[in-house]
Amino acid sequence: MDFYLLEAIINGILLGGVLALLALGLNLIFGVIDVVWIAYADLVMCGMYAVYWLYSELGWPLVLAFAAAIVFVAVLGVLVHVLIIAPILGSAPINQLLATGGLLFFLQSFATLLFSTEFRNIGVRLPIIELGGIYISSARLLAFAMALLGAVALYFFLKRSFIGTAIRAIAQDRDIVGLMGVDQRSIYLVTSAIGGALAGLAACLLSLQYDVHPYIGNTFGPLIFMICVLGGLGNMIGGFVAAFIISQIIAIGGYYYSTELSYVLAFTFFIVLMFVRPRGVMTR
Amino acid sequence: MLSLSAVSAGYGSFRALFDVSLDVAQGQAVGVIGPNGAGKTTLMRVISGLLPLRGGAMTLQGRSVGGLPAHRMVEQGIAHVPENRRLFPRLTVEDNLRIGAFIVQARAHFAEQLERVYALFPRLKERREQLAGTLSGGEQQMCAIGRALMSRPKMLLMDEPSAGLAPLVVAQVFDLVHRIRAEGLTVLIVEQNVQQVLDVVDRAYLLEVGSIRLSGTAAELKGNDFIRKSYMGL
Repeated sequence: MDFYLLEAIINGILLGGVLALLALGLNLIFGVIDVVWIAYADLVMCGMYAVYWLYSELGWPLVLAFAAAIVFVAVLGVLVHVLIIAPILGSAPINQLLATGGLLFFLQSFATLLFSTEFRNIGVRLPIIELGGIYISSARLLAFAMALLGAVALYFFLKRSFIGTAIRAIAQDRDIVGLMGVDQRSIYLVTSAIGGALAGLAACLLSLQYDVHPYIGNTFGPLIFMICVLGGLGNMIGGFVAAFIISQIIAIGGYYYSTELSYVLAFTFFIVLMFVRPRGVMTR
Repeated sequence: MLSLSAVSAGYGSFRALFDVSLDVAQGQAVGVIGPNGAGKTTLMRVISGLLPLRGGAMTLQGRSVGGLPAHRMVEQGIAHVPENRRLFPRLTVEDNLRIGAFIVQARAHFAEQLERVYALFPRLKERREQLAGTLSGGEQQMCAIGRALMSRPKMLLMDEPSAGLAPLVVAQVFDLVHRIRAEGLTVLIVEQNVQQVLDVVDRAYLLEVGSIRLSGTAAELKGNDFIRKSYMGL
């Protein structure tokens, strides 16, 4: 097998980690609160700017800037819920889509106002590792490992804690959880904070690999939605699996043809699959 | 223990309960019987805080609890086993029981209360890792009652626990009510199965079109001509 293909496959897996993390966050929010945060990828953009500003402009240590960025986006997630979602929770789903879609333009414009459209980079260069002739970027490896760690932490939180159990329960029968002493509103806040924190973690990992600019959300936002729909909206395991399917199509397609065409392939695959399995790959 | 005076409630412009007054003493089992659509489930939803009071007052152990939301009523010691059980079908039996212990004062006693519920329903212990949606009807009812007991309530509300179950299982469910009473719990039970519910309760109320029509001890109601004719087919 040729080394370059193997390299492409490995890179695909590594890319899949961060996408899977974001798909988890979006699916969690959809499953629990029953809204789609159209501006989810733009929260990641905000987190990347937070890292850039704290590390490059203010000179904070990188780890501290990362931690602060995660907290910042978590708070942003809570604000999105309190200011935008909560007041229109009972209204038609299209209103929620429009409202969070509006947030997307607001965040992009606000970032342009603050930082201009210039591409910015935190300038951290992690070494390239060579393993038996295969070259792997350690930034990607780190991103993959941290994303997986985040996913595992989320899994145990949902599986083992009382609040995590309530989060899973509310996604199945939201009208009855009050009888178990669960206050829906506080579960929504916790879920929004977790969704934000996952976006913040992804922002840290992506800022090691990519420049940040106000429209970076557009480059992977549609990808995340496609992954979530492919896995079945609200199905966290389905989204996790779909992230790796899509990232492989992009990586291998990019190796044989070109990056642009690989995106065309991924979206074609998505459209075809929507005809074959309209409720996602994981449904029977 | 629980006292309702002149409570009314409804949905939108529809009034489902008119001036309902009802008392449940500590340690008692009280039944509410009546036909379909009489407002029995509405009454339960009002008591557990799922539906707001439109008028009247409700006290629990002397404290006014009218208007508290459902999640606060659980903290006050009320546990509601809802109509149709409403388990979380894609959670395991044990996760369903875990969420029953969600309130802070119950979390600390989770392990010990879980053992008590498993002692009461050994069947649930055998099926602890199974998804609740795959249980049989009787087992689901056990799980729903177990989930309610996990909050360590003072009072248990049961809405139609025998609905949709085979006759043999219905008998088991009423036997469960006996065992729960033996644990010292106060019970308020809504049932269409009049004959059997009058065998397990101390007192009962007859609810018709949103109002209390009759009340008395179980023995009195069993001997009442109107109840015998209309609800027992005797």
